Amino acid sequence: MRLLVVEDDEVLADGLQVGLRMAGFTPDTVGTLEDARAALAGTEYGAIVLDLMLPDGSGLDLLAELRREGRREPILLLTARDGVSDRIAGLDAGADDYLGKPFDLDELAARLRALARRAEGRAEAVITVNGLSVDPGARRATFDGRDLNLSRREFSVLLALVERPGRVLAKSDIEERLYGWGEEIESNAIEVHIHHLRSKLGRDFIETLRGIGYRIRPKEALPSRSVSASS
Amino acid sequence: MVSSLVSKNQISLNTHDPAQISLPADAQYQHQQFCQIWSFSGELVGRSQGAPAERLLPAEDTGFRNITQNGERLRVFAIVNRDLGGQVMVGDSLAMRDKLVHDVVAGFLWPALVILPVMAALIWFATARGLAPLDQLARQLEGRKVSDLGALPEGPSPPREIRPVTRALNDLLHRLAIARSRERDFISYAAHELKTPLAGLKMQAHVARRAEDDATRDHALAAIERSVTRTDRMVRQLLDLARVEQRKGETAGTDPGAVARQTLADLTDLADRRGVALGLDLPEERHEIASDEFLLTLALRNLIENAIQATPSGGEVRLALSLDGSRCTFDLRDGGTGLPEAIRARATEKFVKGTQFDDSGSGLGLAIATDALETLGGELRFEMLPDGHHTRIALPV
Repeated sequence: MRLLVVEDDEVLADGLQVGLRMAGFTPDTVGTLEDARAALAGTEYGAIVLDLMLPDGSGLDLLAELRREGRREPILLLTARDGVSDRIAGLDAGADDYLGKPFDLDELAARLRALARRAEGRAEAVITVNGLSVDPGARRATFDGRDLNLSRREFSVLLALVERPGRVLAKSDIEERLYGWGEEIESNAIEVHIHHLRSKLGRDFIETLRGIGYRIRPKEALPSRSVSASS
Repeated sequence: MVSSLVSKNQISLNTHDPAQISLPADAQYQHQQFCQIWSFSGELVGRSQGAPAERLLPAEDTGFRNITQNGERLRVFAIVNRDLGGQVMVGDSLAMRDKLVHDVVAGFLWPALVILPVMAALIWFATARGLAPLDQLARQLEGRKVSDLGALPEGPSPPREIRPVTRALNDLLHRLAIARSRERDFISYAAHELKTPLAGLKMQAHVARRAEDDATRDHALAAIERSVTRTDRMVRQLLDLARVEQRKGETAGTDPGAVARQTLADLTDLADRRGVALGLDLPEERHEIASDEFLLTLALRNLIENAIQATPSGGEVRLALSLDGSRCTFDLRDGGTGLPEAIRARATEKFVKGTQFDDSGSGLGLAIATDALETLGGELRFEMLPDGHHTRIALPV
């Protein structure tokens, strides 16, 4: 999941960048509201991690601004001020969750996954589709009961596809979710990941819509397989 | 008295019948005083009622005498009047005198014994009543919790004497409450500010523990070290700030040139690390100003630190000191772009940070410098000139 992290403390921002990446996210880190606005103008993020006290203003201002513009990205506030009244003010301003500093990386990752899940309209943590179970928390996937051995990027591509089964994702959408700023994207990287996934899930599991993108093939289009689970 | 009666011829000395002289006498002290008048020829010319018939003193005798006659002790005074040819003797009974003294003393003593306790009771009552408001005030103050800095009630009809005290105390309490709340805000702010570096440390420690390769681990460990250094600086600045607020602005002879030189020398390490050159221009002559060396050092160090942080590697920070009759001015030039527009208005507040430093500060440096300069009666101005960004510090001499 592509994340925008707005945090001005250099050491914490760096830790979030590396730590969230290790937890399977694709974070972009900025230190000011101005940079955050610029990043949000060009990229669609799965969630935003927003510090409250920033050098050029309050995170609450950005939060209110985004909600006014009708943007619905899940937003998790990070702040040193975690009194009840501060939490209420943050949530009432349109935040989805709240975490007081200092916090645990695993908790932050779990909360972000929960936010993403709710944003996708799901309640269960494990996504199951056409015999494939994907656990974003444990970063594990099983297919017909056996563990799939997936690389980090392959898992991310698969997760992007199963989050809304049936939805078509353009190659550029997948790239955007997988690569943060400044990361070199090889032109055929996504094709290579799809190829590897097909070799593990069977040829027909992921469908290519030429010129449009990729999607999980709907179950009625899979006549050769018995379907045991649905979304 | 009798002598003067004789002198004024109110008593004739020529009668053969001894005159009866009436003397003023209180009934109680009758026969107290008496007199005899004797002619030189040895005749009793006159005597008062109650006076003995016998001669009291020998003829020609004058002055005071104590005598005993008929078992009674008498005190007698005699004078001789040659013009009239007589001796006048006045006397009274010593026993009567003693009775008089005794009666006078007793007359004073009894009322005194009765009145004194009454007076004492009245004084005690009046004093207690007068001091009651003070007692009440003392009880109110004793019963107070340390955290209660609210005003004391002045009461519906406070005695006028106590009102200035209550008012002065309330004024003091008010000022204490303000100082206390400022302190509390500061502590809470400082505690929250320390949470961010703690969050960074925790995050990096987590990364270091989970890192699968040495490069990631080394990167996280380096970040932890950096963060500890920075947090340490922040704690030092918090202590500095507390110290600035304790200073009352007492001044002593201070050499601003020496302070500038020492401060720059202390910051050479930081400047070297950041690849910034330091320069100092001092006037030829040494001058002393009345200032607080500690506060001046603190203000300069924080401003120069900021200047070094704001200057890109390869740039220069230059401090120039100039003194004229009434003012001591430091001009600090750095290679930075000045305070960003967004924070300029709030820059001197605590914990407001600039954005241009990659090793971002605690946001306390400028607040410390401003506080210190305020106590010193100095001024701080920022100015962007073609040759760089200038920080001007003006101090009274």
